[in-house]
Amino acid sequence: MRYAETGYNLEIDLSRGNIERVETDPRDTELYLGGLGTNAKILWDRVPPEVEPFSPDNLLIFSAGLLCGTPATGCNRTIVTTISPQTQLMAFSMMGGFFAPELKYAGYDKIILRGKSPNLVYIWINNDKVEIRDASHLKGKGAVETAEIIQRELKEPKAQVAAIGLAGENRVYFASIEQGRSSASRGGIGAVMGDKGVKAIVVRGTKDINVARPMEYLELCNDVMKYIQFRNANPVPGVMPILAGLGSPQEMKVHDEKWHTENFMWGNSRVRRKDFWNEEIAQAWAETLDSMRRRLISCYNCPMTCGATIAPPGKPTYMMKCFSKLTYTMAAFADLEFGLGIAQSATEYGVDGFSAPQVMAFALELLENGILTDDDFPGMPADNEGRFYWLLDHIVRREGIGDVLANGTYWAAKHIGKGAEAYAHNNIKKIEQLPLKLSMLNPIYFLMYATGEKINITQIEGQFPQGPFVTMEEREAFVKDWFQVPDEKYKQIFLDWEPRGEKSMPFYPTVQMCCDIVDWQEKMHYIDDALGMCAGLSSFPLKPPYHIHNYPKFISAGAGIEMDEEKLTQAVKRYRTLVRANNIRRGMRRKDEKPPEDHWKKRFPELEKELLDTYYRFKGWNNEGIPTKESLEELGLDYVYQEFEKRGVYAEAGESPATETAADKEKGV
Amino acid sequence: MAENTKKKVKSIKVDVDKCNGCRACEVICSAFHAAPKYSSNNPARSRIRVIREPLRDIYVPVYAGEYAKAECMGRDKYVIDGKEYEECAFCRASCPSRDLFKEPDSGLPLKCDMCEGEEEPLCVKWCLVDALSYEEREEEGEEEPKPEEVEVGLESLVDKYGLDKVMDSINRLNQSKKG
Repeated sequence: MRYAETGYNLEIDLSRGNIERVETDPRDTELYLGGLGTNAKILWDRVPPEVEPFSPDNLLIFSAGLLCGTPATGCNRTIVTTISPQTQLMAFSMMGGFFAPELKYAGYDKIILRGKSPNLVYIWINNDKVEIRDASHLKGKGAVETAEIIQRELKEPKAQVAAIGLAGENRVYFASIEQGRSSASRGGIGAVMGDKGVKAIVVRGTKDINVARPMEYLELCNDVMKYIQFRNANPVPGVMPILAGLGSPQEMKVHDEKWHTENFMWGNSRVRRKDFWNEEIAQAWAETLDSMRRRLISCYNCPMTCGATIAPPGKPTYMMKCFSKLTYTMAAFADLEFGLGIAQSATEYGVDGFSAPQVMAFALELLENGILTDDDFPGMPADNEGRFYWLLDHIVRREGIGDVLANGTYWAAKHIGKGAEAYAHNNIKKIEQLPLKLSMLNPIYFLMYATGEKINITQIEGQFPQGPFVTMEEREAFVKDWFQVPDEKYKQIFLDWEPRGEKSMPFYPTVQMCCDIVDWQEKMHYIDDALGMCAGLSSFPLKPPYHIHNYPKFISAGAGIEMDEEKLTQAVKRYRTLVRANNIRRGMRRKDEKPPEDHWKKRFPELEKELLDTYYRFKGWNNEGIPTKESLEELGLDYVYQEFEKRGVYAEAGESPATETAADKEKGV
Repeated sequence: MAENTKKKVKSIKVDVDKCNGCRACEVICSAFHAAPKYSSNNPARSRIRVIREPLRDIYVPVYAGEYAKAECMGRDKYVIDGKEYEECAFCRASCPSRDLFKEPDSGLPLKCDMCEGEEEPLCVKWCLVDALSYEEREEEGEEEPKPEEVEVGLESLVDKYGLDKVMDSINRLNQSKKG
């Protein structure tokens, strides 16, 4: 008997219309856990680097996490993995909502799509019955609209639907997959789904999920619930409100947006408005939110209410995801009313809430600076808000300049030329980042930005405070009940960390300390992504209910795999390395591992070099960021080493022509 | 004459305005009622279900009540605060008209037992947003109907059919129950 997982994957070949239920190897669960871990293994085994994102040989994997469907609070994530059209690397965007548990109850851990359907279809999974159904009547429909139509036509209101909108159908490089109150947005995985001709995946399941040691497991769950209640009643003092509590940033609850609006950049991630927030704006925005927000809502089996249903005047109601609340508003220099309104269209079209606004702001900046001209924007309204709606429509339809912009700022700039590259300034590994520009280099963040393969800062940061506390009293109070640390040394680092003087940034924490801190923070995210846990209750907030000390117990009692901290750490290291191996094989090298040039004003090239050198060594990677023979063998990844040898990965010193040529071919440049 | 007795009434107060739609109640209910306890979970087996239509702001946690052999002759539909609830939304019956409150494999009806043996129903314990709360109160109860009420009924039958016929019927009923 398999515990926590079902032990079966659903393999669907869209070209041939073939559907198979395939038993998985329990040894893989032990080595790679599940979710992201086993996804990385499947991608390594079956998608060689020659396979382009829009090839029928690319896979699109929807995976429930190992513990999804068990009573563990907040464990509801679907990890979607494919090769990204935007980065040409492995994408592993995640979504919360209700899809992963439903998939488990239907009897599957993963859905693995390959091939391409000649016509637009949707997939209907009803326990053991799986059908590929015609979706021609859904062509061009919004993602939310699609879910509603399908639930109606199947008479299955309880079915969970993951769907793409027009952006996915038209292979927009930052198209999302929308589901419930969540979406898997980063890396353009919606475009791959559209390329495969799949409009939606619909799941309904009524089977049991078993746990290995029931009473022990329930006890662990109860402890987590108690700790959530404790943390809700006791926010962390001394940090900004959204970092004080649990949950992914409680955006839809919060009225006070002083911090975001004055510290994040507006427009094309350039303009900081230090005195933006005042009483008048605070009142107007509060009124806007209160008038449109119908209810605070949660994902499956979670009390955190991070999302909300929003009813903008004159538009259908939709479910908002945390930070999309502000990204459109700030990119367009507009107000909250505009932001909440355009996010409705963006959700139906299915686009990433970080990339889409920046791409539009980028286009307008090119127009202002004469690199694009009015001729490129025929019929575009004169007002800023109207322009954003015009641009969004043209991008998702790939009309005119929208066809170029639909590939994201990196590829659009390359295509446009004439110096446009300088305006695509906020990317890492070709993906648009959070609009943050700061003054002094933060060595911890430098490493996270440079080496994060989720290519999003929120997906690697979290456990360690973002900056030092001013007084020793505050620091002592903070470390007093900080039992989540993997080792006591982290407390000392934090106690010694000063805002100014010898023990301050960028030279303190020391390079070695930075390696430890980054490694811990990254590790927690990777565990979450294998287990299907929401980062909001684990890797993202300070002092979370799930941590390195109780996770092994959850895995042991839940999945029946004997686990301790050491074994878990080793497993995480194994599949984290496998993610990197996939990307190394696709040409990623040290030269790609850098934050945007203008992320900090004060840079320290020598220190940065030392940070990266040391961190690479610490991780068992060589100076190009390639996992070494020794570290691969230690993790039992000998097959990766053999492949690297065969492909001459160690021989070529940092050249990666594969990435560029594959992408250029794709675009017909 | 039967004495008036006290009885304990257990109730779960459902505040639909506070429900966040997370279905933790379904998770823990199905886990508690698994055999062995907590060994599995499956919302389809839960004795509480959340009827939810997020885009219409409809969230109704409903508990499994009595088993009904047949559907009602008519159905009801409520509109509250301008929101139209699905047919039979507030009904607790395990009934042929819908798939709620039946074991998914056997189709046998399910009924909420208020988590016998626990200090409060676990759905309430797991509802951290306080949409569900537990109340217990004592109520004056009557074990049997008052004899006067039986007499009122018999008198109307006597009026209609005559005393003899009623006596005959009672005797016959008496025989058949004994026999």
